[in-house]
Amino acid sequence: MSIAIPSKFETRTSASSFPALIAAAVLGLAAAAPFLVSRGAVQDLFFILTMLVLAQSWNLLAGYAGLISVGQQVFVGFGAYAMFGAVILFGIDPIVAILIAGFLAALLAIPTAFFTFRLYGPYFAIGTWVVAEVVRLLLAQWKALGGGTGTSLPREAMRDMTGVGLLRDLFGMKAAQAGDALTYWLALILAVATIGFIYRLLRSKQGLGLAAVRDNEQAARAVGVDARRMKAMVYLATAFLTGLAGALIYVQKARISPDAAFSVTDWTAYVIFIVVIGGIGTIEGPIVGVILFFLLQNSLADFGSWYLLMLGLVGILVMIFAPRGLWGAFSDRTGIQLFPVRRLLVGGPLGHALKGGPHG
Amino acid sequence: MSFIDTLVQGVLLGGLYALFAAGLSLVFGIMRLVNLAHGDLIVLAAFLLLVLVTGLGLDPFLAALLAAPLMFGAGWVLQYVLLNRTLGKDVLPPLLVTFGLSIIIQNALLEGFSADSRRISTGALETASVGLGPVTIGFMPLMAFLSAVAVIVCLNLLIYRTAIGRAFRATSDDAVTAGLMGIRPQRIFAMATGLAMVVVTIAALYLGTRANFDPTAGPARLIYAFEAVIIGGLGSLWGTLAGGVILGVAQTLGAAVNPEWQILAGHLAFLAVLLIKPRGLFPRAVD
Repeated sequence: MSIAIPSKFETRTSASSFPALIAAAVLGLAAAAPFLVSRGAVQDLFFILTMLVLAQSWNLLAGYAGLISVGQQVFVGFGAYAMFGAVILFGIDPIVAILIAGFLAALLAIPTAFFTFRLYGPYFAIGTWVVAEVVRLLLAQWKALGGGTGTSLPREAMRDMTGVGLLRDLFGMKAAQAGDALTYWLALILAVATIGFIYRLLRSKQGLGLAAVRDNEQAARAVGVDARRMKAMVYLATAFLTGLAGALIYVQKARISPDAAFSVTDWTAYVIFIVVIGGIGTIEGPIVGVILFFLLQNSLADFGSWYLLMLGLVGILVMIFAPRGLWGAFSDRTGIQLFPVRRLLVGGPLGHALKGGPHG
Repeated sequence: MSFIDTLVQGVLLGGLYALFAAGLSLVFGIMRLVNLAHGDLIVLAAFLLLVLVTGLGLDPFLAALLAAPLMFGAGWVLQYVLLNRTLGKDVLPPLLVTFGLSIIIQNALLEGFSADSRRISTGALETASVGLGPVTIGFMPLMAFLSAVAVIVCLNLLIYRTAIGRAFRATSDDAVTAGLMGIRPQRIFAMATGLAMVVVTIAALYLGTRANFDPTAGPARLIYAFEAVIIGGLGSLWGTLAGGVILGVAQTLGAAVNPEWQILAGHLAFLAVLLIKPRGLFPRAVD
């Protein structure tokens, strides 16, 4: 008697089809936001979307590939500096410069991985931090980009940015307003593309390999998953995404300094809290986390360091009492998954769907 | 002559870095826990010393003697109540919890002491020096180096010659089997962290008296400690001292060329060692 192997699987659940419609409506509304809400609100949404990209990238790295980095600010800062360099030194359009920055950040990830991948687990974390410090100190020596005190994007570069003129002519926007709308749309595209990329990756064969490596590296290697290659690819991909986000953030800020661009608090601590509180190892978690983070920051920003102190405390409590975060706790209770990556078998000799482990 | 002088200063600075690193190394060796708040705990201890010195008018060394048991208690409780819950196969919880702890300590210190730079005064000792052949050595840096050597000798004696040290090693090798032999791993871990906090207090004494510090100085101390541990090789305390010395010499040599290069030169030395000998110069542990 042969063992029947079910030939089909799908990851769709009933809870994930209906919200697709809602998601489309939300996206439509989000795309129209610059026409609907004030400029301040557009800037807030820009902040949320860029933090979401950083959070999704870190989540892919730590939650799925098991690479816990506290040095992702290196790609934010390097991406931002690459963009500034391309604009100031070569007169390249900021929009094109963002793409260049993404590729340069991915390029930087190669030597970076070469060093940090020699370190195991927790030491990898501090190793990434050292690398971020090295890049920060080196860029602070670059006098053409302002050295340690930093510099600003030339006003003309912002005014002549691709698309700004078009928005001005079409909708009668002022240059500053058009710039905000443009960076906002780019952030929206980047956020959607990031989530789409991660979702597709996790549902693919590579994603299955990644989950296998995370759950049991030795077992995964035994069945032929190249764990090291897998992790390196994820590391490069997140460097690219983080570099793009960093460059985009600094097009909008238009002013850079090494300390701000390589800030551990802004680009790593916040991102880690967003992911941990929202739910690490899920795509929904960072979305929940970033919204909560934004609300907290808006209502508690006046409290300065008390706010950060509280964020640290909440992060610790969540890690200890609800290690899968708010979304994880919600999902465990209700079974709702908006981005299901667990494989459910359909058809074949098994009449009913086989349930996998908690992570598929 | 100035080259020899730079070299000697670097070696002495390395003693301070070895003090930063010894606590980190001890905790990692026994429970495979990397404490990302280690640097912030050093700064916290330095502020405790500052309060004792300025508030009660104590001599810094006496203050350290008083602070050490307090820090031991704090470390014991921290490990027993919080960090023990995070230990396990997964490396994520301890890293994230100690990272959160680092943010909490930094911001609590900012709230309590403002962002001003502080320094612990040692009075006449600050400028005291010892003539040693062609070079003159500051008294406090020399004390820092000698303390580092003393701490390492004591820790080695404790780990390899005493009952508690045997319990440390047994728990490190196999916590479950050690538990069967009547050792309570939870308490051993708490003891180890308490002990690490005593070393942290000694490190804080020399950090606070040597240079200015402020509430955000922690992460840089963690990085130096980490570099010293990795350069020296995991699991060897003498290796950690060597790692600290290499780091210190690289930094003072870098600073001698250009003051802006001090920190960078240390990092580059670390990366060079990582490139040539990924397991450090004197590795002992297998992981």
